[in-house]
Amino acid sequence: MTPIDAKRPLQLNEQGQLRHFLSLDGLPRELLTEILDTADSFLEVGARAVKKVPLLRGKTVCNVFFENSTRTRTTFELAAQRLSADVISLNVSTSSTSKGETLFDTLRNLEAMAADIFVVRHADSGAAHFIAEHVCPNLAIINGGDGRHAHPTQGMLDMLTIRRHKGSFENLSVAIVGDILHSRVARSNMLALKTLGCPDIRVIAPKTLLPIGLEQSYGVRVFSDANEGLKDVDVVIMLRLQRERMQGGLLPSEGEFYRLFGLTEQRLALAKPDALVMHPGPINRGVEIESAVADGPQSVILNQVTYGIAIRMAVLSMAMSGQNAQRQLNQESEESN
Amino acid sequence: MRTSILGARVIDPHSGLDQVSDLHQEGGKIVAIGQAPVSFVADKIINAQGLVAAPGLVDLNVALREPGYSRKGNIASETLAAAAGGVTSLCCPPFTKPVLDTPAVAELILDRAREAGHAKVFPIGALSKGLAGEQLAELVALRDAGCVAFGNGLDNFRSSRTLRRALEYAATFDLTVIFHSQDHDLAEGGLAHEGPTASFLGLAGIPETAETVALARDLLLVEQSGVRAHFSQLTSARGAQLIAEAQARGLPVTADVALYQLILTDEALQDFSSLYHVQPPLRSQADREGLREAVKSGVISAIASHHQPHERDAKLAPFAATEPGISSVQLLLPLAMSLVQDGLLDLPTLLARLSSGPANALRLPAGRLAVGVAADILLFDPKASTLAGESWYSKGGNCPFIGHCLPGAVRYTLVDGHISYQA
Repeated sequence: MTPIDAKRPLQLNEQGQLRHFLSLDGLPRELLTEILDTADSFLEVGARAVKKVPLLRGKTVCNVFFENSTRTRTTFELAAQRLSADVISLNVSTSSTSKGETLFDTLRNLEAMAADIFVVRHADSGAAHFIAEHVCPNLAIINGGDGRHAHPTQGMLDMLTIRRHKGSFENLSVAIVGDILHSRVARSNMLALKTLGCPDIRVIAPKTLLPIGLEQSYGVRVFSDANEGLKDVDVVIMLRLQRERMQGGLLPSEGEFYRLFGLTEQRLALAKPDALVMHPGPINRGVEIESAVADGPQSVILNQVTYGIAIRMAVLSMAMSGQNAQRQLNQESEESN
Repeated sequence: MRTSILGARVIDPHSGLDQVSDLHQEGGKIVAIGQAPVSFVADKIINAQGLVAAPGLVDLNVALREPGYSRKGNIASETLAAAAGGVTSLCCPPFTKPVLDTPAVAELILDRAREAGHAKVFPIGALSKGLAGEQLAELVALRDAGCVAFGNGLDNFRSSRTLRRALEYAATFDLTVIFHSQDHDLAEGGLAHEGPTASFLGLAGIPETAETVALARDLLLVEQSGVRAHFSQLTSARGAQLIAEAQARGLPVTADVALYQLILTDEALQDFSSLYHVQPPLRSQADREGLREAVKSGVISAIASHHQPHERDAKLAPFAATEPGISSVQLLLPLAMSLVQDGLLDLPTLLARLSSGPANALRLPAGRLAVGVAADILLFDPKASTLAGESWYSKGGNCPFIGHCLPGAVRYTLVDGHISYQA
């Protein structure tokens, strides 16, 4: 029996434009390319003396972070400001929820303050979907990371980084290394690479850090030997290893992980000579990546941060205009009734 | 009060009866099948041509939510929903507040159920005090108060030694123990079946071994203690296989499955819909097929709704923060009829899994159509259909089947000869 509410394009309006940005699942290649192209054009804005464009003038962007973040929140703030929006940022983890207010009520209250866009980060997978579907469907909801599920702006900024340095995705081998199981970044990257036509996506990790069924869901190849997996790749994306993974038997020690999977200069030499080194940050030097590699000539880790602002500008402006277009459509259909 | 039900296809899976005939009840008992007794004058005649007359359905797990959770449901609302689903006898689990671990709670439930009068209620007592898995509840006192079996739900005993003692104590008094086998450690923190869907959605997985590891231990302890055991809410093909192996070596264990496990798989979670959040979780298509085969072969002899009504807020949160469970007792007959429609079961076999099978598993005085037994009768139209949700008596609207057109429609439900539901 198929569920009656099966798969609907929650994040697209009736014309197929972005109105929320929740996950990369179900978004067509053209739309991802449009996001990258738009971000490219915004990169120039960041290089100007006056770094502002008026696309979101008079709009209010509300960053609601139920989980701590510095980089993502700051780059969303900057992105919104460069689009001339008013910006509020809230760390909800420390305020309302500890008073027993539900997610539903917290967001409804913020909506009542006439916000136009919510950027939400939450520890539960599916939180952004829930908000877009049940709480504030008429606001543009941008997923700033939900549990282990998705971090779509990170996924797209990684794609922008790859495209700007490698030109395209068609002939690339990309390896993602480390804690795939707990990583929303890895899931978004795998989807983005697949959609954009990358023919060789590899994930490298011990079994304890690999979710089941990756091969079918994402069309990736799984390696447990880092030396084998890194051979001749064009891009290496390292993931952060949280310290708490040593508990509960996922890994014996940081040292053993570093010896087997850490990106050292020696190991990087197995990749193509011009391979890019990427990391979503914050990095753990000496745990998943050697300092000499993180700071070395092949590292584009800081470029990723810069591109992150452009991607977030692109997504904020596109979602707002998609949501506005939907509102107009709704009004017109009401009037014609 | 005398009633005659005329011209129905009378199916009694227990005796194998399946023929167009008449049923006559007097004073709450079936007095004749076929010709009415001499001088029998009916006060009420139900023309049942085209309908099937079957034993009222027996549902081994319907959470009534009373006492303690009346925002989710109460005895009157949920037993009425059950009657509308064709149910005449149901067991309610011990997860009430306070927990059903004292005779007082059992008596309260039974009193209110009698008052409501929609279905016969057979409480399942807590096996351990507060369901904590540490100290035994007063099992004999609970039995005397009306509890028909004892269970600890998914809160499995952490200590195998304590569980062994509980089983031996229960065996002393020939009490039935109900297991919902799930290994606490393997399941901890999990939200969905460990498989590609959970991986894709980033939901923490509950591996199949959470069920099978616990099930293997429980079966061995059952064998050693000699206790009467029923395994409830199986979710995996491998779990059903373990039951089959135990039965094959002569262990008198029975098993049931939640009806929704025979229909849905974990793929239903794809949009994070909390309506599909259940515990134990929906599993893979292969598991569903294995469970369906076990129902067909009789290894699983009972299908239950595992009805868990919730208030709206309980499902209105990100998936992980929602409460598990589906409200479905009102759809028991039409949802189950989809198994006949699919060609999995013939009608008498389906009715066996919904009446005599569950009644035998817990030795309940129910699930039969025969002279001298209680007139607990379901009359339904197998050719009509039910638009799920068109009427709704449960307080819990948390049902993913609402809006579906399902095969079969309940026309009358009779409990002790009284009409408890009429469409």
